[in-house]
Amino acid sequence: MQFDPRRVALTLAAPVLALVAAVAIASLVLAAAGDPVIEVWRTILQPPKPRNVVNIINSASVLYLSGLAVAIGFRMNLFNIGVDGQYRLAAFVAAVVAAQGWLPGVLNIVLTIVVAMLVGAMWAGVAAILKVTRGVSEVISTIMLNAIATALVAYLLRKASVQVAGSNNIGTAPIPEDSRMPGIALIPGAPNEVYGFVVVAIAAGIAYSVLLSRTTFGFNLRATGRSESAAVASGIDVKRMVVIAMLISGGVAGLVGMPLLLGSAYSYGLTFQSGLGFAGIAVALLGRNNPVGIAIGALLFSYLNEQSNPLQILVGVSDDIVKIVQGIVVLTVVIAYEVVRRYGVAQEQRKVARELANQRRRDSEEVSAA
Amino acid sequence: MEDEPGTRAVACVPGFVRPGCSSPRPPGACAIEPRESTTGGPPDEVAVQLRGIAKRFPGVIANHDVDIAVRRGTVHAIVGENGAGKSTLMKILYGVQRPDDGTITVGGTERTFHSPSDAIATGIGMVFQHFQLADNLTVLENVVLGAERKHGIGDRARERIAEISDSYSLDIEPDRLVAELGVGARQRVEILKVLYRGAEIIILDEPTAVLVPQEVDELFDNLRELKTEGLAVIFISHKLDEVLAVADEITVMRRGTTVATVTPAGVTARQLAELMVGSELPSPATEESTVTDRVMLSVRDLTLAGGGRRPLLSDISFDIHAGEVLGIAGVEGNGQAELVETIMGMRRPTTGMIRLGDDEITEWSTRRRREAGIGFIPEDRQRHALLLDAPLWENRILGHQTREPNVNGPFIDRRAARKDTQRIIEEYDVRTPGIDVLAAALSGGNQQKLIVGREMSGDPVLLVAAHPTRGVDVGAQAAIWDIIRAARRGGLAVLLISADLDELIGLSDTIQVILRGRLVGVCDPATVTPQDLGSSMTGAGAAA
Repeated sequence: MQFDPRRVALTLAAPVLALVAAVAIASLVLAAAGDPVIEVWRTILQPPKPRNVVNIINSASVLYLSGLAVAIGFRMNLFNIGVDGQYRLAAFVAAVVAAQGWLPGVLNIVLTIVVAMLVGAMWAGVAAILKVTRGVSEVISTIMLNAIATALVAYLLRKASVQVAGSNNIGTAPIPEDSRMPGIALIPGAPNEVYGFVVVAIAAGIAYSVLLSRTTFGFNLRATGRSESAAVASGIDVKRMVVIAMLISGGVAGLVGMPLLLGSAYSYGLTFQSGLGFAGIAVALLGRNNPVGIAIGALLFSYLNEQSNPLQILVGVSDDIVKIVQGIVVLTVVIAYEVVRRYGVAQEQRKVARELANQRRRDSEEVSAA
Repeated sequence: MEDEPGTRAVACVPGFVRPGCSSPRPPGACAIEPRESTTGGPPDEVAVQLRGIAKRFPGVIANHDVDIAVRRGTVHAIVGENGAGKSTLMKILYGVQRPDDGTITVGGTERTFHSPSDAIATGIGMVFQHFQLADNLTVLENVVLGAERKHGIGDRARERIAEISDSYSLDIEPDRLVAELGVGARQRVEILKVLYRGAEIIILDEPTAVLVPQEVDELFDNLRELKTEGLAVIFISHKLDEVLAVADEITVMRRGTTVATVTPAGVTARQLAELMVGSELPSPATEESTVTDRVMLSVRDLTLAGGGRRPLLSDISFDIHAGEVLGIAGVEGNGQAELVETIMGMRRPTTGMIRLGDDEITEWSTRRRREAGIGFIPEDRQRHALLLDAPLWENRILGHQTREPNVNGPFIDRRAARKDTQRIIEEYDVRTPGIDVLAAALSGGNQQKLIVGREMSGDPVLLVAAHPTRGVDVGAQAAIWDIIRAARRGGLAVLLISADLDELIGLSDTIQVILRGRLVGVCDPATVTPQDLGSSMTGAGAAA
């Protein structure tokens, strides 16, 4: 496809617009609360230290996987709100299996990942089956399944847990040393390492891109998302697509907890990070379901999270202001994309009309010349 | 009805006050302010005047230099081919869109409409081609919906409806359920709705498109009734014989502007046509028969149960041979859409059998049917045949996701798909600057040519075409007719559904009439007239 600078500018306009609006609104909130607006932004925008860079990359990899899982659904107008429940249940079951050490070393890692994906897919599959057989909205069912997953994990955790020495945290047994994923010393001068799972996250992004834009399956999925009625008339089995898309989305959701499990926590406990599924929705929206866009969105969110940590200490402002920024970004980005999309379509229609008018004029000139 | 309907109703129709009617209207009886200019004016007074209207609008022909004067007590027709700018103009007059230039004068006062409610308050009412009625409500409920403040929602409203119905001979019973009404009656309910809201200028957008000839005559009687009561009727159409029959004045639009205003007495249909397109209209006439004895599509005893008492389709049986065009005539909503969807595999028949060539395809999926060589031009191209937000070359793939040249194993073959899109654009004369523009950017006719080109790709053996030329311009219409005729000569079997009786008669080798989900008669297109067809479509004739 030819490179069209105007199209690129249009693509970038929306997120930039949304960010500017979000910063402006957050500044208003800060000013209204009597907090030092400039100081807050200076703290957030100061260059991160190598240690912070590693943290940003690590948490971005997690957000990225979550964003991908959500985006797969979004591309066909399926709202998988249940990534949160899917990844927690998947991480828990995978942690239990991994701790058994049935297989040695790398094989155990592979098994853990496969189990996580299967559990995530299964949990999403419940919503898919409810949707295609009973017409239950996946939004409702996945929200419910999140609640059930929370309860289910809490219940099972008590059965499978071992007391962690020296704390009142409970968690699954730690996974064997030889099946932990080694980190990568990517950033020079950082005392910590980047998760080895970052490689898997990047691979998942590439797979997502190829699947959606290069394969027939991806075409069917996107066509269903753009117009279900046209998809049906073109011979796409929409129900089947719903099930498959939900299974893939759930499978990827299963990966979300893996960087943490295999790279830092090594067990599933009460302190295992939650809420990543919801952050994924925001990241997918911000990245416009585009694999590169989601990566940028994930990096941005984790940058904001990381940079907000010293706010409390340095400027005496709660780091929750960053949550407000993130929330506003999600709202403004949805509006900005729609505005830009409509503008783009109108522009294109105008361009087509103009070019055709020129064509007609040339034709009639030729006729009159002859 | 009991309280002397005649005198009172005729004398004081809201929004129009006849000379000599000085009795004060009840307060709040109608939204229109009594205006000096409209009370007691002579019948030939100008009700609405458009001067120099211009609208620049992306993707379609803009309006420019539009000048129209509609006098009260007349039916003023606006004719022009599809895409000439009639709809845009009416949207401007009804306040849906604002003109970039020009003035609208109603009853002598210049007006700016910000929304349809402004237009309604000025006494302009519009009857849309697609009815805006809730089937599950009664006539009364539909009429008062959104106008509850006029006469309430009870007996006062019921009386008022009866009055209006009486004085304009609309023959409407307020308490009938809309679902029970036929198309003609629904249209009269729409007219009643605008009268109830006090309209004195009524716009009818292609009102005859949904009617059979007999209903058209009834509609015209109603329109004459309206104009004798002093209302101004703006009648949008592209059917010249109808326009000549009913209009007092005719304004012709071409390429977004008004080119002439004539009276029916001073013009022939041919001259009107020439004004409309600048050249003679194409005709859909077929040449000699190319029907072979090879049965391509065979449908037997097809029944499709519906939610209601009556099945959507009952005992449908027909054959289409290679090289044959079978036309299905019927008033819309008599099972045509369901028949098409059943043949395409989008619905499963309750009983019955469908064969394509030598294969029984009753249980096949839509995908498999398409792969077996069924091309499909759906009724609603924007909803069923296009991805509006996708570029043309992706639209080329739609419906052909499993076939050459679009795919290579599990992958989309972008290069080949793009190349073939280019071929379609050239062969089928799709006017577009390129294959990367979004489908939404093309005009209706060019979208349809792309769809036809796509469905003709991959050597189909059967084409299911539902309203293939609806809403496309005359040039595209002629092109699509040529394509269908050429394919028929090449041995294609065609199932043609159309509301355009001339198209059906001109293209078909056989015409089957569908009524309430049954095939009720066969007509020979060589001898049948649109009037005959109209009779059998409403069940009035004895064509069976």
